[in-house]
Amino acid sequence: MPSLRETCPAKVEEILRRFPQKPSAAIPLLYLAWETYGYISEEAMIETADILGTTPATIQGIATFYTMFPMNKRGKYHIEICQNISCHLVGAQDLTKRIENKLGIRCGECTGDGRFSLAKAECLAGCSWGPCLHINGKEYLQLTPEKAAEILDSLLRL
Amino acid sequence: MGTETRVLLEHLGAPNLLRAAGYRAKGGYSALEKALQSMTPAAVTDEVKKSQLKGRGGAGFPTGMKWDFLDRESGKPIYLCCNADESEPGACKDRIIIHENPHLLLEGILIACYAIGSRNAFIYIRGEFHRGAEILLSAIEDARNNGWIGENILNSGFSCYIQVYRGAGAYVCGEETGLLTSLEGKRGYPKNKPPFPAIAGLYGCPTIINNVETLSAIPAIVNQGGEWYASMGTEKSAGTRLLCLSGHVNKPGVYEVVLGTMTLREFIEDFGGGVPGGRSIKGVIPGGSSMPVLREEQLDVRLSFEDIQAIGSSLGAGAIIVMDETVDMVEICLLLAKFYEHESCGQCTPCREGTRWFAQILEGILQGEGREEDLELMLDICRSEYTSICPLWSAAVWPVRAFIKQFREEFIQKIKEAKPSAKNVRELAKAQ
Ligand SMILES: Cc1cc2nc3c(=O)[nH]c(=O)nc-3n(C[C@H](O)[C@H](O)[C@H](O)COP(=O)(O)O)c2cc1C
Repeated sequence: MPSLRETCPAKVEEILRRFPQKPSAAIPLLYLAWETYGYISEEAMIETADILGTTPATIQGIATFYTMFPMNKRGKYHIEICQNISCHLVGAQDLTKRIENKLGIRCGECTGDGRFSLAKAECLAGCSWGPCLHINGKEYLQLTPEKAAEILDSLLRL
Repeated sequence: MGTETRVLLEHLGAPNLLRAAGYRAKGGYSALEKALQSMTPAAVTDEVKKSQLKGRGGAGFPTGMKWDFLDRESGKPIYLCCNADESEPGACKDRIIIHENPHLLLEGILIACYAIGSRNAFIYIRGEFHRGAEILLSAIEDARNNGWIGENILNSGFSCYIQVYRGAGAYVCGEETGLLTSLEGKRGYPKNKPPFPAIAGLYGCPTIINNVETLSAIPAIVNQGGEWYASMGTEKSAGTRLLCLSGHVNKPGVYEVVLGTMTLREFIEDFGGGVPGGRSIKGVIPGGSSMPVLREEQLDVRLSFEDIQAIGSSLGAGAIIVMDETVDMVEICLLLAKFYEHESCGQCTPCREGTRWFAQILEGILQGEGREEDLELMLDICRSEYTSICPLWSAAVWPVRAFIKQFREEFIQKIKEAKPSAKNVRELAKAQ
């Protein structure tokens, strides 16, 4: 795997320039690694540590603290379904069940062909428009199980 | 019939509002112009004090007073951090401003920076707001190209830069010291206070942290005066407030209201259009998931900080969650306990262990293994509420305590209904 400094040197430089103090670049660099490789690899953490002059353990400690950073490869389409109170009250459970059944996987799993992965999410701050979910970060609001099935169908056709 | 009073949301839906030009066409950036051209920083702070604006992030601390606490003599740079973490379940108000009127927030930030003497502002936005972050980045770029952000703004000698910093999924980073440690590039662990951020905040420098809604109120206060703002609302709840309504209502959404002008019940009826299917309300959480739940009988309370506080809850982050008669309150209590268990940063024992303990006991009750003593045990655990570094532990305690107090009969019924589970049977067998 080529390093971040080889793949996108300008972006690395730009991130480092943004902050009054260098360590602040840790989380943005992890974002860059995620965008570049699809997850936070061990190599990316070692390189981030090297860029910032800190230890890989420190960077791993940061990466694992934040729930959004994927430490393993995810499906091509990563679906996160909000399970928190407001979405729960308006049908998040039914929505989850329908998606799980349609994809044949449970939350926390990935389909065999690597196309879909599914996860439960804590509050996604779409509370007044629940139930809501994210697919690769794109937000879908006021879903019904039927609407979700249609969205999955359209992705399956791609 | 309650009506909306739109100050922050006034221009929502206006053409081209995401662009500086569209915002300008609606009178945008005129407050910044006024502040830079005809007011001293102290005069701006004075107007904010007169407005009696209180922080909209949850704690409700007076904004002008917070600005006054700033250590201006340290010789270190001063930072402004806009809290756009919007992490409280039920709260989704800041996103409306970010998604629909981002320049309003930028203008508020610029004026606040002028008032406190900062030239560097950060917007700490929750990682899940992917679109929000993109909108803010392009609004900043646009404002910069139009001369509202950058060096020597409007030839006033005032320079200011705004950076967007994306969180990555941690509720605790909404807490101000957690936010700062996260912004410093570490795990978002909260810190003990004092020192308060106004004395030693980001990188040890004096720092002001304000919520998105708080900062977005500043342009109107500068334009129309602090007294005008304070003339709206009650003595202790000045101005307008964004309230997000969710759960079992026909018309969920974000509404801007003058506090004190209606009751909680009227708000749910008039704006939310009541409960679907003609069902009745069982409980309402008035301020986001950490605030104590109210029973239906308590909904005739006047909608203001002080009135809701007087009946033992809080408007907190302005998130009203309605639960109808079909809701299983023990299940909801567990759902919330699990959220706080997941989000506890783990630094403090009461929070780390207590949140897990709540979840285990509640799970036990729901699985038919509850005992009546469990309720006393949970209330006993609640007594350690103020023993952690940050209020996340309190945020976990308040709902549990309130759910038990308000819906005790439902908990007892659940416990009594308990069927002997495999584990119970094993224990019974052992005891015999
Ligand atoms: C656990 C926890 C989470 C919080 N989350 C948020 C949040 O998401 N947004 C916010 O503005 N304030 C949040 N706060 C409150 C902040 O600590 C702080 O009081 C606020 O940002 C100050 O801004 P204000 O004075 O404008 O309200 C949270 C507090 C705690 C204890």
